[in-house]
Amino acid sequence: MIAALIGLPLFGATVLLLGGRRTNSWGHYLAVLMSGSAFLVGVNQFMKMVSLADEERSLTQHLFTWIAVGRLEVPFALHLDQLSIVFVLLITGVGTLIHIYSIGYMEHDENRRKFFAYLNLFVAAMLLLVLANNYLLLYVGWEGVGLASYLLISFWQQKPSAAAAGKKAFIVNRVGDVGLSIAVMLMFVTFGTVTFEGVAQSAANANQTTVTWIGLALLLAACGKSAQFPLQSWLLDAMEGPTPVSALIHAATMVTAGVYLIARAHAIFDLSETARTAVVIIGAITLLLGAYIGTAKDDIKKGLAGSTMSQIGYMILAAGLGPVGYVFAIFHLLTHGMFKAGLFLGAGSVMHGMHDDVNMRHYGALRSFMKITYVTFGLGFLAIIGIPPFAGFWSKDEIIHAAFGQSILIGLATLLGAGVTAFYMTRMMTMTFFGEARWEDDVHPHESTNTMTIPMIVLSFGSVLGGLLLLYVGDIEHWLEPVVGFAYPAHSVSNTVLIPITLSVVLLGAGYAWFKYGRRPVPVTAPTNVSFLTKAARADAYGDAFNEAVFMRPGQHLTRLLTFFDAKGVDGVVNGLAATVGGLSARVRSTQSGYTRSYALFIFGGAALIAFVLLLVRL
Amino acid sequence: MNANNYLVLAAILFTIGAFGVLVRRNAIIVFMSVEMMLNAANLAFVAAARITGTLDGQVTAFFVMVVAAAEVVVGLAIILTIFRTRKSASIDEASLLKY
Repeated sequence: MIAALIGLPLFGATVLLLGGRRTNSWGHYLAVLMSGSAFLVGVNQFMKMVSLADEERSLTQHLFTWIAVGRLEVPFALHLDQLSIVFVLLITGVGTLIHIYSIGYMEHDENRRKFFAYLNLFVAAMLLLVLANNYLLLYVGWEGVGLASYLLISFWQQKPSAAAAGKKAFIVNRVGDVGLSIAVMLMFVTFGTVTFEGVAQSAANANQTTVTWIGLALLLAACGKSAQFPLQSWLLDAMEGPTPVSALIHAATMVTAGVYLIARAHAIFDLSETARTAVVIIGAITLLLGAYIGTAKDDIKKGLAGSTMSQIGYMILAAGLGPVGYVFAIFHLLTHGMFKAGLFLGAGSVMHGMHDDVNMRHYGALRSFMKITYVTFGLGFLAIIGIPPFAGFWSKDEIIHAAFGQSILIGLATLLGAGVTAFYMTRMMTMTFFGEARWEDDVHPHESTNTMTIPMIVLSFGSVLGGLLLLYVGDIEHWLEPVVGFAYPAHSVSNTVLIPITLSVVLLGAGYAWFKYGRRPVPVTAPTNVSFLTKAARADAYGDAFNEAVFMRPGQHLTRLLTFFDAKGVDGVVNGLAATVGGLSARVRSTQSGYTRSYALFIFGGAALIAFVLLLVRL
Repeated sequence: MNANNYLVLAAILFTIGAFGVLVRRNAIIVFMSVEMMLNAANLAFVAAARITGTLDGQVTAFFVMVVAAAEVVVGLAIILTIFRTRKSASIDEASLLKY
């Protein structure tokens, strides 16, 4: 039954890709059907799991032995437990909604079938990632989602910027993948196995240093896939892809794979204080960096991308806190998956009504033109900035609470992040839906079709109720506890003190944004006489400039040097040898005149010479 | 009679043959010169056998005769074929096989 989860969307992708143009007219329905039925299978499995006792909830389906070489034995086995099932429900649930949304969003695109094929491929790969029972199989899913992400970012490959963005995402992700492959190799060398279970069992007896290195390699992998500092630069460019892709892959599911990896490898991180600290620091840096970049973006999708970076920073930070944090990292991942997907779909709906213009300075006063988008986006907005009782409040508050338990500094970073989040989201909200209309006369904003609004409405229910339901009805702490472990933070600031402080910081950020962008008119072109901080944020904190100066340019010089050496050095020796032999032969071949008598003379001459030499030697 | 005289005669005959091979253009004459060189060698073998009192030289002479006969068959066939196609027996004209 578990294999069907992956098989259904994979079947859809295969039919659409191999079927070609014949499937153009009904391809998108098949894709929706496959994704939807995978969701139903997931719900069915979930229901079964709920009725079982804690210790019986983890299922393994062994399909076949994938690799058996010497000591290395890797099964192709799927593992469904409390952690995987929540991911399955998120991926297939949000995935299906976004499939439906895409029917409307991609209606006029002539490659719509291909788009749906890639979406199905993504869902299959992502499910393989979360259902694998060993790190090597997880790696297959990991690369599969990377491939789907690449294909979908550069889906409009006729745009050079989209093609370049796809390539950039692919290359930056490879850097992270090196980390994962090193981790897998280290695991094999140290533990002799790569299954989650085997690694968890033998990790306790292993050398402390090795375990730390495995943890750091896994962190590098998570940084690449989850766009964490220092590998964050690809996510902002990834917004070149169609908006449903940004919602599904670059907000709700794929970019959270890093968090999943760390939670799944908790056995490693539990043993290494150093690796955990590194995770926390990376998370803290990214959550502030992403929020900071988000404050200055005029492109609505890039603003949301900065926000995604920042929110995943929260999750990574929480995962780095150890047993007090894993559960909340996953909790925030789930609520974020719902409200951020909703926000992206809202942004897509706005763009759809505004001739694909993404510049928020050309929006304004859209609340009366797009009522449904306004309400759903607004609910997502309340959820992300953490206003009770919306979804984000519950999960973010738990993370801030756990962070204060770790150290005051980390706690303050998460608190500051919450304030900045409120600032940029309020800025986005006011610039888009409030203020005066700033669009050109030939733009006629209008609400999107039902296929687009219905998924937004469903997701907005998640934004409102997701947190409450997961925390109080789903009891997420104890649901996940058998898999990742759970502990209450030992000594943290009490929630009765913390919640009012958090809320006042949030209101401060939101109020400041309202004061700056809501009460004053917003200029249609971005002002240029701005502070250095704003300039830096507009340039993604110079991340690209740094990569270009430190890696790209020297890399190009190195390749130029190597090509030169190859052409002149290696090829030079080989070509020179050939030229020498050729030149010599040209000279020698003139003796091959074809005249028999001339050959005879050579023979006699040679024989005479030999006879002469023989005589000389004898004398 | 001194056997060394036969060796001198063989050397003279061999030189005449070699000279003929080098200077004549007619393929038949060249062929005859080659035969002369072979037979000069035979004479030298037989003379050497006589001097040393063994049979080796004589046996070799028989071998050379057999090989020469075979060579004549093949060589004459080639010369005839060339003559038929090119209407000439000059070996300088059959010089296509070159660089």
